[in-house]
Amino acid sequence: MSYTAGEYDVIIVGAGHAGCEAGLATARMGCRTMMITISLEHIALMPCNPAIGGPAKSHLVREIDALGGEMGRNIDRSFIQMRMLNTKKGPAVRSLRAQADKEKYHLEMKRVLEHTPKLDVRQGIVEKILVNSGRVEGVETDTGARYLCQAVVVTSGTYLRAKVLMGQRVIESGPQGQMPANKITENLKELGFNIFRFETTTPPRVSSKYVDYSRMIKQPGAKEGYKFSHFSELKDYPREQIPCWLTHTREETHEIVRNNLEQSLLISGEIKGAGPRYCPSIEDKIIRFPEKKSHQIFLEPEGWHTREMYVQGLYTSMSEDIQWAMLKTLPGLEQVKIIRPGYAIQYDCIDSLQLDLTLEAKHLKGIYFAGQVNGSSGYEEAGAQGLVAGINTALALKGRDPFVIKRSEGYMGVLIDDLVTKGTSEPYRMLTSRSEYRLLLRQDNADLRLTSRGYELGLIQEEEYDKFATKRKKIEEAKELLENTFITPDEKNLNKLEELGTAPVKGSVSLAQLLKRPELTYKDLRIFKEEISNIERNVAEQAQIQIKYEGYIKKQMEQVEKFNKTESRALPENINYREIKGLSSEAREKLEKVKPRSLGQASRISGVSPADISVLMVFLEQRKREKKEST
Amino acid sequence: MEEDTIAAISTPLGEGGIGIVRLSGKEAFPIAKKIFKGKGKEMESRKLLYGHIIDPGNNRVIDEVLVSFMPAPYTYTREDVVEINCHGGIIPLKKILELCLEQGARLAERGEFTLRAFLKGRIDLSQAEGVIDLIRAKTDEGRELALTQVEGKLSQKIKEIKDKILDLLAFLEVNLDYPEEDVEEVTGEKAKEGIELIIKEIDEILEGAEEGKIYREGIKTAIIGKPNVGKSSLLNALLREQRAIVTEVPGTTRDLLEEAINVKGVPLNIIDTAGIRKTEDMVEKLGVERTERILKESHLIIFILDAKTGIEKEDWRILETLQEKNFIVFINKTDLVPPREADRMKEELGDTPVIKASIKYGEGLKELEEMILEMVFQGKIISPESVLVSNSRHKASLEKGKKYLEEALKALEENLPLDLVTIDLKGSWEALGEITGETIDEGILNKIFSQFCIGK
Repeated sequence: MSYTAGEYDVIIVGAGHAGCEAGLATARMGCRTMMITISLEHIALMPCNPAIGGPAKSHLVREIDALGGEMGRNIDRSFIQMRMLNTKKGPAVRSLRAQADKEKYHLEMKRVLEHTPKLDVRQGIVEKILVNSGRVEGVETDTGARYLCQAVVVTSGTYLRAKVLMGQRVIESGPQGQMPANKITENLKELGFNIFRFETTTPPRVSSKYVDYSRMIKQPGAKEGYKFSHFSELKDYPREQIPCWLTHTREETHEIVRNNLEQSLLISGEIKGAGPRYCPSIEDKIIRFPEKKSHQIFLEPEGWHTREMYVQGLYTSMSEDIQWAMLKTLPGLEQVKIIRPGYAIQYDCIDSLQLDLTLEAKHLKGIYFAGQVNGSSGYEEAGAQGLVAGINTALALKGRDPFVIKRSEGYMGVLIDDLVTKGTSEPYRMLTSRSEYRLLLRQDNADLRLTSRGYELGLIQEEEYDKFATKRKKIEEAKELLENTFITPDEKNLNKLEELGTAPVKGSVSLAQLLKRPELTYKDLRIFKEEISNIERNVAEQAQIQIKYEGYIKKQMEQVEKFNKTESRALPENINYREIKGLSSEAREKLEKVKPRSLGQASRISGVSPADISVLMVFLEQRKREKKEST
Repeated sequence: MEEDTIAAISTPLGEGGIGIVRLSGKEAFPIAKKIFKGKGKEMESRKLLYGHIIDPGNNRVIDEVLVSFMPAPYTYTREDVVEINCHGGIIPLKKILELCLEQGARLAERGEFTLRAFLKGRIDLSQAEGVIDLIRAKTDEGRELALTQVEGKLSQKIKEIKDKILDLLAFLEVNLDYPEEDVEEVTGEKAKEGIELIIKEIDEILEGAEEGKIYREGIKTAIIGKPNVGKSSLLNALLREQRAIVTEVPGTTRDLLEEAINVKGVPLNIIDTAGIRKTEDMVEKLGVERTERILKESHLIIFILDAKTGIEKEDWRILETLQEKNFIVFINKTDLVPPREADRMKEELGDTPVIKASIKYGEGLKELEEMILEMVFQGKIISPESVLVSNSRHKASLEKGKKYLEEALKALEENLPLDLVTIDLKGSWEALGEITGETIDEGILNKIFSQFCIGK
C-alpha cells in the first residue's frame, strides 16, 4: 500500500560519501532535494578505513573542495591526525592523509545536511524507481512512501543485496550489521541495467585497552598544521593529534592462515565476487606472496572518544576465532580482544559503461549513479562522483550545459572517464599512475584548477572566491618578485651562495633561475631578498613548484594541448555506428555501447583502433559537408 | 593527430630508380631544410631545386636530389608539402625517409595523405568511400604484416625493452602510490642504473638494425624441392659463394640457411630448406617441420624440379599446397635431358611460371631474377616498401624512445624528483609504439599487482 509522501526536484538514494556530496550539490544549486538513507545513524559512515586522503585520493578531496564540495571541510572538522605522504618524492605525488574521528565525521556531516536549505533527509529503503514513458518520475520506499521527483541519483554503495562473509558464515547484511537493500536490484534490471557482483574486505577492530604500544612503532601526525580544505581556517580547529602504531605479521600468523584456508568460502571459491587487487585480504597476500615472511600492520584509532582500533593490513574473511588467533601473534597484541570481527562484503553494482560522462544513464534520462554502485571503491572516489552527479542533475533540471572535468583538468575527470569509457572489472581505486598529466594535476593546485568552475556553478561563495582570487594574485606577485630580482657575482653574494652549499653564479642571475637548482628552496633565497620572508607559506610553495618544475610542466602542457585537439572533436549523440562503413565490427559494437562524446574518448575505448578513428573523422567530415549542402 | 608532420615514400619502388619522399604538415619545411643542402641560397617555392641530402649527424651525403617546397594551401593535403626526388634506389630512399623521421616527422599511415586531403576539403565528398577503403586497406595489410612481425626479431626485442621500462616504472609507481608499504624504495641511483642498461640495449639493437640486417627482412623467399634437386646449389649460385654444404647424398642440408641478396635494389631474404618429404630421420624431421612453417611465412617460393626424374607424385603434392602462394617453378638439370623433355614438363605445368635451367652451367639464373623482379613490381608479392617501412618505423621509435630515456637520465642527474622521471619513462614506453595494444596505465597496474604485495 503506497501513499504520496511528497514532491521534490531530486531524490538521492543513500547518504554515504557519494550521496552527501550529491544531495548538498543539488540543494545548494537550488533544487528541492530529499535524501533517503537506510539509517540516519550512518550518514557519511566510514565502514572501512578511518582515514581520508593519501596518494590520488587527497587530490580528489582537494578537487571536491575547490568545486564547493563538503568532504575537505568535513575532514578538517573531524581529523585526529594529519600527515603529508611522499614529501621527498616530488610535487605530483605529495599527498595529505588524515585519520578521522569516524563518529565526529558522521555527526558533522549530518549537521551540515540538516542545516542546508532545500535539503531534507529521512530514513527509509528505496525499493523502486518509478519510470513513466522513459522518464523518471519518483521513488517508492519500503514503508510505501511515494516521492515524486524529476531526477534520481542512486548512491547505494555496498548495500544492494549485500552479503557479509566470515569463515563459513554468510549473512544477508550491509556493512557493520546494517540492513541490506534487497529489492532495488530487480528494479534496476527491469530498467535495463546490467548488474555485476563486486566484493571487498575489511579488517577486525580491537580494543586499545589490551594493546601493548611498547612493542610497536609510533606514527605521529605532522606538526605543520596541514588541512584539506582551501577554505576552512585551521585555527578554528585547534587540536591535539593521536598517533597510529605500526606492527607486523609473523611466520606464526601466516601459519594460522595457511592451516585454515579451507575455512574461507572466498578462498575455496565457493562464493565468487570480483575483489580489488590493490586491497587484497591477508589470506590472498599469504597465498600469492609466500616468500614474504612478514606484512606491515597499522593500528589506527577510530576516534577521540573510542577505544576502537582499526587493524589496517589485516583485511580478512576468515572466521572470528581464526582472526583472533592471527591477531594474538602480532607483536603488541598478545592480549588483544576483538571488538568487531573483519569480514568480506559482496554487493551488486551496475555496469558503469552504461553511464554518460555526466553519470546519467545513457538509456534512461533523469537517473544518475555515483559511488560504489558504479564499481568504484573508496570514500574519496565516491564523493567525487557524487558531486559530479549532483552538479549535473541540477544543471539538467535547469536546462544548462553538462559539467564535465576533462582528464587533463582533474583526477575526477580521470576517474569518471575511466569508469564510463573503459569500465571496470574490479572495484576501481584512484591511483596517481592512472593520470597521464600527473604533474599538472597536483593536490596543491586543485584550487587554481577548479575554484573558478565551482564559482560559476554557484557552489563557491563570493567571499571564498575572493579569498582564492587573492591567493592567485599573490602567487603571481611572488613569481614576479623571484623573476625580477637579480643577483650578481659580487663578493657578498658569492659568500652567501657558498654558505648555501651551491655553485657560484656567473653574471647576473634571477632568483627564479637560482630556485631551479635542486638543492635550493625559496626559504634559502631570503638572504638575498628580505621580502621573501613575508610571503605566506602556501603562496611561496606554489610559486616555487611552478618555477622549479617549469620545464616538465611545459612538457605536460604540450601533451595536454595535443590531447585537447581530439577531445574537443565532439561526437553527436545520435550517431548510428552500425551504419558507418569501414569501422571494424568490434569498434562498431563498442562505440554503440559506450556512445563516446568526443573523438578523444572514442580513442580510449579498448578495441577502437587508430584506423577506426580515421574512419570516424571521415564520417564527421562527410556529415558536416552534407549538412552544408542541404542548407 | 592531423596536426603533426607526416612522411612517406610516395612512389612505388620500381626499376626506374627514381623515388619520392613526401612530407606534409606544419614542420615539413623546417625538417626538409635541416637535411637538404641546395645550390641556390633561397628556398624558392614550387620550383625543383637541385642539391644534396646530407645526414646532419655526420654530414655525409646521402643522395643527389631534386626538391620542391610547396606552401599551403595549394597542395594535395592543403598543408605545407615537400617532395624529395632521389634516384639512388631503395637504400638512399629509405635513408632519407629515416632522416625525416629523426628530424621529427611521423611515418604516415597508409592513406593518410589522402585522409588529410579529404579532411581539408581538397577531395570531393563523393570520394569519401574511397578514402575509407584506403584507410581500411592499411589495417588489413597491417594486420598481416603484424603477424609476420610478431615473429620478427626486431619487434620482439622492442617488446622486451618496453617490458623492462614497464618493470622500472612499476617499481617507481608502487613507491609513489603506496608510500607506506614495505616495498623496497627505488633510489635515483637505482633508477639511473636501470635506465642506462636499457639505453645500452637500444644502442645495440640500433647498431644491429643498420642496413645489412634490416635488409635481411626483405622479401622472404623460400627455396624448396625434393632432396638433392639443387636447392643449396641455387642458393649458392645466387649468392655466388659457397655457403651451404652441397653433396650428392640426399638430406645433407639440415639447417635452414638464410641469406640476403640484392636483386637490382630489391632485397630478397632467401631461405634454403631441408627437403620436404616424409622422413624417419629425427634430425631431418625437425628441419621438415620448420620448412612447413617457413612456407607459411614466405612471400615467394622457388620450387625446384629435377628434369631427370620429371614431375613425380610427391612434386604434384607440393604443387598443390603451393596453389595459394606466389611461386616460381625452377626446372633444374635440363642439361641432363633432351630439350623437349623440359618443354614437355613445362607444358604439363600449364599456366604456372616456369624457368628451365641448369645451375651447373649457370643457365636460367638471370631469367629467375627477372621473373622475381617482375612479380615484385607488378605488386604480386608483398611490396618491399611495406616491409622496409615497417622497419623504419621500428627504428624511428627506438630512436625516439632513447631520446626520452636520455631526458630521464638528465633529470636524475639534476636530482629532480622521481615523479618527474616517470614522465620521461612513460614517454619512452609510448614512443616504442603500441605492439601489444595494452595501454600504459593498465600495464603498470598489472605489473604492480602481480609483483608487489601491497594493501591499502
